[in-house]
Amino acid sequence: MGFDVKKQSGITVIDVEGQLIVGNRQELKQKVLQELENGERKFLIDFARTGYIDSSGLGVLVSLSKKIREQGGELRLANLNEDLRTLFELTKLDTLFQISSSREEALSSF
Amino acid sequence: MNPDCILELPNDLRSIERAVQYLMDRGRDAGFDRERLRLNFRVGVSEALANAMLYGNGRDPAKRVRVEARISPDAITVRVTDEGRGFNPETLPDPTLPANRVSAGGRGVFLIRKLMDRVEFNERGNSITMILLAERERETGS
Repeated sequence: MGFDVKKQSGITVIDVEGQLIVGNRQELKQKVLQELENGERKFLIDFARTGYIDSSGLGVLVSLSKKIREQGGELRLANLNEDLRTLFELTKLDTLFQISSSREEALSSF
Repeated sequence: MNPDCILELPNDLRSIERAVQYLMDRGRDAGFDRERLRLNFRVGVSEALANAMLYGNGRDPAKRVRVEARISPDAITVRVTDEGRGFNPETLPDPTLPANRVSAGGRGVFLIRKLMDRVEFNERGNSITMILLAERERETGS
């Protein structure tokens, strides 16, 4: 379980492995904010290998999206499984994020 | 509720995943719908435990969270009780309103109410009881 950060086509891509929950959300936040501080502005979080996101995890995505936008950047999401998509739809966060069905689609959308 | 399973958890967020997995395994062993365990049950119970530890018990490591569960193939009832002063669940704002969607918090109880079939708080507001019905029971009841 963890976060793998890499650069792809000038975009910072973060793979969330396992879960994004109250116990590890700060780790993701710190990693993304560090990249933002380093001057990165385009972020993609890929949930292809994510089983579960809790409300704290959803909250940290909202918070990061706001901070990135304030710096003139953008955060996009990809590869939500059916359960995760349900959580985004219930909370109407699907209206707040650009969500792609694949990493390739997300990368080409920037 | 006459529980057939009682857990006393330390006020440690790391204990949530193991407790929820244990209860999911008990539900699966009892023949409860796997799909509803995976999303509805997991989210509902995880959120209730996180709220109890973070807000109810105020992250105090000396406090504990009590979980009582009654598990059958038709329905699972889970009660989560913390040692806090309680809160009024009716005062929580709707996180799906446009003005609240950009808020980092406030989605836990909302998700519990959306994903569990019945949700009740005690008068003090430090204990939540959630009932999740098997899909066939929901269809019968509708």
